[in-house]
Amino acid sequence: MNVNLQILKKLHIAAMPVTTIAAQEFRSYFDSLMAYILLVLFLGFSGTFTWIYGSDIFIYGQASLQVFFSVAYVTLFLLIPALTMKSIAEELRTGTIEMLLTKPITCRQIVMGKYLAVMMLISTALALTLPYYITVAHLGNVDHGAVVCGYIGLLFMSSAYAGIGLFASSVTSNQIISFLTALAIGLLFHVAFGIVGHQFGGIVGQFCLGLDMNTHFDSMARGVIDSKDIVYFASITFIGLFAAGKSLESKIA
Amino acid sequence: MAFFVFNHHHIIAPTFNKTLTQSDWLITYIWRVKKDGRVDVIVKNLTKYYGRQKAVDNLSFEVKAGEVLGFLGPNGAGKTTTMKAIAGYLTPTDGTIRVGKYSVGENGDKVRQLIGYLPEHNPLYLDMCVVDYLRYMARLQKIRADKINDRILEMVNVCGLEGEKHKRIGELSKGYRQRVGLAQALIHDPQVLILDEPTTGLDPNQIVEIRELIRRIGREKTIILSSHILSEVEATCDRILIINKGRIVADGTAEQLRKAEQGGSMVVATIEDADRNDVVRTLQSIDGVELVDIVKDRPNTVEVHCGPGVQCNRDIFNACVENHWVLTELTSVETKLEDVFRELTK
Repeated sequence: MNVNLQILKKLHIAAMPVTTIAAQEFRSYFDSLMAYILLVLFLGFSGTFTWIYGSDIFIYGQASLQVFFSVAYVTLFLLIPALTMKSIAEELRTGTIEMLLTKPITCRQIVMGKYLAVMMLISTALALTLPYYITVAHLGNVDHGAVVCGYIGLLFMSSAYAGIGLFASSVTSNQIISFLTALAIGLLFHVAFGIVGHQFGGIVGQFCLGLDMNTHFDSMARGVIDSKDIVYFASITFIGLFAAGKSLESKIA
Repeated sequence: MAFFVFNHHHIIAPTFNKTLTQSDWLITYIWRVKKDGRVDVIVKNLTKYYGRQKAVDNLSFEVKAGEVLGFLGPNGAGKTTTMKAIAGYLTPTDGTIRVGKYSVGENGDKVRQLIGYLPEHNPLYLDMCVVDYLRYMARLQKIRADKINDRILEMVNVCGLEGEKHKRIGELSKGYRQRVGLAQALIHDPQVLILDEPTTGLDPNQIVEIRELIRRIGREKTIILSSHILSEVEATCDRILIINKGRIVADGTAEQLRKAEQGGSMVVATIEDADRNDVVRTLQSIDGVELVDIVKDRPNTVEVHCGPGVQCNRDIFNACVENHWVLTELTSVETKLEDVFRELTK
């Protein structure tokens, strides 16, 4: 019991700087209007294409959120790099990183804090789309399991892109470069691996298809949570965050 | 919006007596600090390369607990690099740094809690208001949640930010930004303070205030401060360390440095109604006088250089009386620290 308390205490101490940074970062999104712009864009895009325009829900005529999930999938792909591009790059540019790193904090904790803040904002954005779900549930018989899986899928996919974005933000002090780098790496997973995978057969094709995000996201959006998909998203997140931490450490070596 | 403003006032409600002045606050602050233990800083064989360029070259020095050390040197001498290394922001290529009983390399987090650091360009979050910024820094320093408000209130008073505490940092003038930087460095009541050029960009009044503040804090804390204003270092520091090209070239009090550079003392004398050559010959013959120089453009004035520990003012006066010369000026000249600095960092 005593030992457990000790571990909890240690965990608490390790988490404290992370939550401090996450809270500050989350607040700064709202202070700088970033959060409002992102929310308006996200809800605007996904709302328009889900309900009003193009192959919307009424064309399908099914009480499902499939359409929303595929729209959100694309929207988040574009918005997350815009959200993460500032995270670390701005600290490097203004030199405030020096203030942070001369406090009892490690590079990893800074990256974790920033990651949590991004995920909190994405979760807020997704939570604000719950009215879609309620509306659709009134229109017909919704597969509740599939909806829950779809939301979890969006969160996992956002987490992967947040990892990539934070890495891109940690390698440069220029926000534009950071944004474009994140978008370029993102495009690999979003489009390129899929195309290559479908073109080639054999081992190479299989391998590329395995790296393609669509494959993993689609199965989740249809309501199947496979450990394979979770491992996929978790590894991209982990590698992104780990690389971001390392690149930040190299900045002060 | 109104809610937020109310909220800020609510957080640090001024419950203290309004008639307290800033210096009262300083005194209570320092009195409280006195109870804490003191910490020394030992730098051993510190070397730092940037790529192939050597910024700091095998630097070793000690700062005793409670001492105020002034770091002098021309631009690019390695002052900032050394300070960053002590603050734990840079990893040295070689060498060790100990702060109290902790090593910067091994117990980085412990050291960072002991140190308050004001970087050279004082980077701040310009979008944040002063109180929010100090709160953020206090949290990062792991100050207990129930003490944070007290510490912020104290820092606002110590650093004279009373009227600015709810302004955005971006709106503040350079002097006030510097105070915010100093406030964040002091917020966790550190035992060691590292201030990299704390008075750059301040107006003369602010320089005096900040200097006063540093000197008072320095009574109970170990301070390392760098500057290129020599009079400032002389006014605030117990000891001066001059470095050039990454190496220590002088170490001692301002007094010691002046003596070491000059060897002896110098007297300027103006003697009228006399032949110049006679004067030079007579003064040269006085015991302890090493050299007599005629001052340019002032035919009656000579510089008399005396040997170490010799006071020859009386002898000069007596020589004048004997020869019926009129002595109109007799001034002892101290070597300026500027000269020492220029000589050592040539």
